[in-house]
Amino acid sequence: MSLVIDAQGLRKEFTVRVKAGRLRRRKRVVTAVDGVDLRVDRGEMLGYIGPNGAGKSTTLKMLTGVLTPSAGEVRVCGLRPVAERTRLALGVGVVFGQRSQLWWDLPLRDSFDLLRHVYRVPADAHAARLRRCRGLLDLDGFLDTPVRQLSLGQRMRGELTAALLHGPQVLFLDEPTIGLDVVSKQAVRDFLAELGRAGDTTLVLTTHDLADIERLCRRLVVIDHGRVVHDGTIADLHGRYGSRRLVVAELDAPLATPPVLPGAPLARVETDGRRLVYALESAGVAQVVSGLAGLATLRDISVVEPDIEEVVARLYRAAVPVR
Amino acid sequence: MGSVTATVAPPTDSNVIPRFRTFWAISRSGFRRYATYRQAAVAGVVTNSVFGFLKCYVLLAVAGTAGAAAGYDRAQIATFVWAGQGLLAVILLWGWTDLADRIRTGDVATDLLRPVDPVTSYLATDLGRAGYAALARMLPPVLVGPLFFDVHLPTRWATLPLFLTSAVLAVVLCFACRFLVNATAYWLQDVRGPMILWTLGSGVLAGLYFPLRFLPEGVQWTLWLGTPFPSLLQTPLDVLVERDPTPTQVGLVALQAGWAVLLLAGCRWVQRRAERRLVVQGG
Repeated sequence: MSLVIDAQGLRKEFTVRVKAGRLRRRKRVVTAVDGVDLRVDRGEMLGYIGPNGAGKSTTLKMLTGVLTPSAGEVRVCGLRPVAERTRLALGVGVVFGQRSQLWWDLPLRDSFDLLRHVYRVPADAHAARLRRCRGLLDLDGFLDTPVRQLSLGQRMRGELTAALLHGPQVLFLDEPTIGLDVVSKQAVRDFLAELGRAGDTTLVLTTHDLADIERLCRRLVVIDHGRVVHDGTIADLHGRYGSRRLVVAELDAPLATPPVLPGAPLARVETDGRRLVYALESAGVAQVVSGLAGLATLRDISVVEPDIEEVVARLYRAAVPVR
Repeated sequence: MGSVTATVAPPTDSNVIPRFRTFWAISRSGFRRYATYRQAAVAGVVTNSVFGFLKCYVLLAVAGTAGAAAGYDRAQIATFVWAGQGLLAVILLWGWTDLADRIRTGDVATDLLRPVDPVTSYLATDLGRAGYAALARMLPPVLVGPLFFDVHLPTRWATLPLFLTSAVLAVVLCFACRFLVNATAYWLQDVRGPMILWTLGSGVLAGLYFPLRFLPEGVQWTLWLGTPFPSLLQTPLDVLVERDPTPTQVGLVALQAGWAVLLLAGCRWVQRRAERRLVVQGG
């Protein structure tokens, strides 16, 4: 695997002026990104998450050459992002959920045509990529509509196409599903999943919607206060925080004493003892069901997967840097 | 899906022809973008024409019975005013805050993510816009003026090509000035202060309110050599009305070119400085 993103000790400080009297202002240094190390291979799909103000967007802007790092070494596609920004632009695509890279006054088709010239893409390669995006993102209904008249969902599909028409090696997505309805969100996720399956585009996804991450990314990097607090798979994260699958047993009548089952401790008792919730450790679902079947009449059994939102919320609250 | 993504490195050649094609494509899109606002163009033409009548009557009154003022005869004054009212929209002296707005909102980040230098890209768009303005905003006043006033038509063969050159240089120079005023937003966030100064200064010193030839000669020299303002409007209009002999006109256009090169270089320098200290607003 070849390394597409290699950042070491990436750091960004901003100087802000705070009021220190009627006329006086005092300088204060705010560290937005505080020594982030990040290595991403070609074809990897990386979820890059963190609470508001954690430094996610700042990292992305440093990786794309928009912001100059205060310290650290960074290479993207083998290039130094700030010094070689215009060359790097040919190899990366960026989608900002809250900004547009399309031309407000032009129809989508004209924006795409202009991008072909801006990125100097051969006409046949451009046409082939556009054809595929039109098919997958269902663009045909609004290709001739000026961007300013598009709905958010339509615009976002346009943004994704615009970011891919020059065939980037890395696609940075900064909250691409923000504000989208369920159907548009699904369309964007399906498209990105399809892109990931092809395996030659590296995808860095920043989002607050953890369903995006669960659906798309195997690797998850969590950042808080500018530092990486988790770098691993989603399963690693659950393991680290002891989050378990839960078995929820609905009983006909409450038991005097909830049974103790080996390998599945009782997590909680709800609805006056008629609902027992067991956390699966070493035991399986079948063992819990057979353990309960002899003691009570079961009305219903369900299995609840560990909730990533809960785990991430705990992680944000803890925010102990792993260095 | 495979062919949606890159399997080979994108072209990174630096040939002049592909660069020119990119520039041309951006200019064409600038033309199309501004061509979508037709009602604004009509409103602009009406406003410019109304002010054209006002200015023309005032300046003709100044010329009075003598029939000339500051070296212009009555026909030259009418041409100066009506061509000036059209050229005002072509060079777009006022009202351009695109860059400042994008800096304030942080959208400037997307400009930096393109493989084209932002100054080049904005210039190409502006030339496209000027092309549209030449048709939609300059032509009507230039046609309206002669219906009501005697105008001066060029008598020398060199005038028209020299005027076209001068007008293009004025567009480039005015773009550079506007870019620099807008770029103060990188440092100040709010561009209203510099914009008010620019609006006040450019209107008076470019020759829009009155021809600068009304001023004492020493002041004229200082303005022409020391500031880019006369090169924005006064020079192309003086060329069109043949105010001076051809060699002087060539000299004035050369001075315009000098200012355009200097200020474009200034734009590049300011943009580079700004990028180094850029803080992109918002998430």
